Amino acid sequence: MGMTIAEKIIAAAAGVSEVKPGDIHTVELDRLMSNDGTTHLTIDMYNQLKNPHIADVNKLVWIVDHNVPCDSVKTAASHKKMRDFAREHGITFYEGAGVCHQVMLENHVTSGELIFGADSHTCAYGAVGAFGTGVGCTDYLYAMVTGTSWLLVPETLRFNLTGKLNAGVYARDLILSIIGMIGANGANYMAMEFGGEGLKTLSMSDRIAICNLCVEAGAKTALMEVDGITLEYLKAHGREPKHRFASDADAHFAKVYDIDLSTIRPIVAKPHFVDNVVDAKECAGIHIDEAFLGSCNNGRIEDLRVGAELIRGKKVHPLVRFLVVPASAKVYSQALSEGIIDTFMEAGAIVMNPNCSVCWGSCQGVIGENEVLISTGTRNFKGRAGHKDSFVYLASAATVTASAIKGEITTADLL
Amino acid sequence: MEKFSGKIWVLGDDIDTDIIIPTQYLALKTVEDMAPYAFSPLRPELASRIQKGDMIVAGKNFGCGSSREQAPEIIKALGIKCVIAKSFARIFFRNAINNGLLLIENDALQATVSEGDEITVTINEAIEHKGCTYPVTSLPENLVDIINAGGLVKAMRRLNGLD
Repeated sequence: MGMTIAEKIIAAAAGVSEVKPGDIHTVELDRLMSNDGTTHLTIDMYNQLKNPHIADVNKLVWIVDHNVPCDSVKTAASHKKMRDFAREHGITFYEGAGVCHQVMLENHVTSGELIFGADSHTCAYGAVGAFGTGVGCTDYLYAMVTGTSWLLVPETLRFNLTGKLNAGVYARDLILSIIGMIGANGANYMAMEFGGEGLKTLSMSDRIAICNLCVEAGAKTALMEVDGITLEYLKAHGREPKHRFASDADAHFAKVYDIDLSTIRPIVAKPHFVDNVVDAKECAGIHIDEAFLGSCNNGRIEDLRVGAELIRGKKVHPLVRFLVVPASAKVYSQALSEGIIDTFMEAGAIVMNPNCSVCWGSCQGVIGENEVLISTGTRNFKGRAGHKDSFVYLASAATVTASAIKGEITTADLL
Repeated sequence: MEKFSGKIWVLGDDIDTDIIIPTQYLALKTVEDMAPYAFSPLRPELASRIQKGDMIVAGKNFGCGSSREQAPEIIKALGIKCVIAKSFARIFFRNAINNGLLLIENDALQATVSEGDEITVTINEAIEHKGCTYPVTSLPENLVDIINAGGLVKAMRRLNGLD
């Protein structure tokens, strides 16, 4: 029986020739990412162990990105705990370098790896054909101490992509459409695999945006076929693939979806669920107080270029705060050298340092009672961006920027 | 198998981790400090009314969203004995077991119960409510052991003879 990409990666990590959905295997992890959301809890538990030790410190990457620079004395204490522990044990450590998944993809992840991240959006690594999955801090601790964990082999949903996205339609619109179609738990416990001719039309930035959001359909992981675009990306970042897996012709999929990219339109996910999607034009005219362009989902140079192109020579609406947050320091530098930061500043946007920002609703730009945010962030749950009675709409970089200019939700073509 | 009864609180579908514990309270020092804010975006009064031994009955996709492990920890800190839902999001499922919070999947219960009703749960066997019995799927024995120990770290400590 043939295997899917997810099955092949688990088989390789378990040291067996074949696995099937429902099997539980002990797997060797290639990499373990943790951020300042929960690492302090992991350290507390680590210190309670009888024989605390780290199986392979070279596998660990710790990234301060959620509250950076830190916003309170309490956060400062939790960052210090993380920083001191990382220094003491020689753990690769980043602070101020960007949002964890962007930093991982720029510097560490390669095809065929099996990676645990103490963050739900770890599934983003599927963009380069790596099996990334989110875990809590206890699972993280176990993997850190033993170098292994157990995994239930997931069923795979296969998405065959054909055609090409139309001008003005983005990867964000595609993945929101898919989540709307299958629902917020449509891929619960499953892997979402993407392939087909249409995939070749999607850049690495598009692929990251798609895989990153798959957890919003409940997915355990997301995986894309490795192709020339993947290899080029890895090479440009100084890495080689570990494995180059594709699903076998006779692999079993729980369900196969065929998606013609040319049928996708600009989409908005309305409060308070990511699968609450509508055609963006149905939201036209909804008043907004804040707009956010950033996050691990849409804070890359490609997204900033889209926004800058739209806002060049225009102004942010006087009643809107427009937050622009590059996903990493590398993206920020690139944007500076292309004049993109100048463009946003001249338009009246608030350009901030790379971090998770209002996407996780604790650090910068939180919104108040009854306020409305349009965002390229990952979630629109009730209270996610601030006050419990506030409202978050999710959309592409283009729709968010166009809305920031108009002061109400609109699509770029209506500007 | 262990059997217990308690009062239930009924919630809907897609109860996400930002509902269970909003981000702004994650900086508080302990889960006990965070517990009063549990479920506050949805039902601000709920945390103060939950009593030790109560249970939660919910719809599909309970615990969807973030990997924050404080979510199951807080539910446990409130004294909730178990959460019964139509389905659980996978990261929450692992986190709950790892923290010794019992989860039971059941399709039918949520539609038939009312908040404040009493139910009786026999682990790995059945749920009883007003004379009706709902069978439940068994959790593997090793997961029940982790729950009974109070979580994965405690189970490992016990295994290593520390507790």
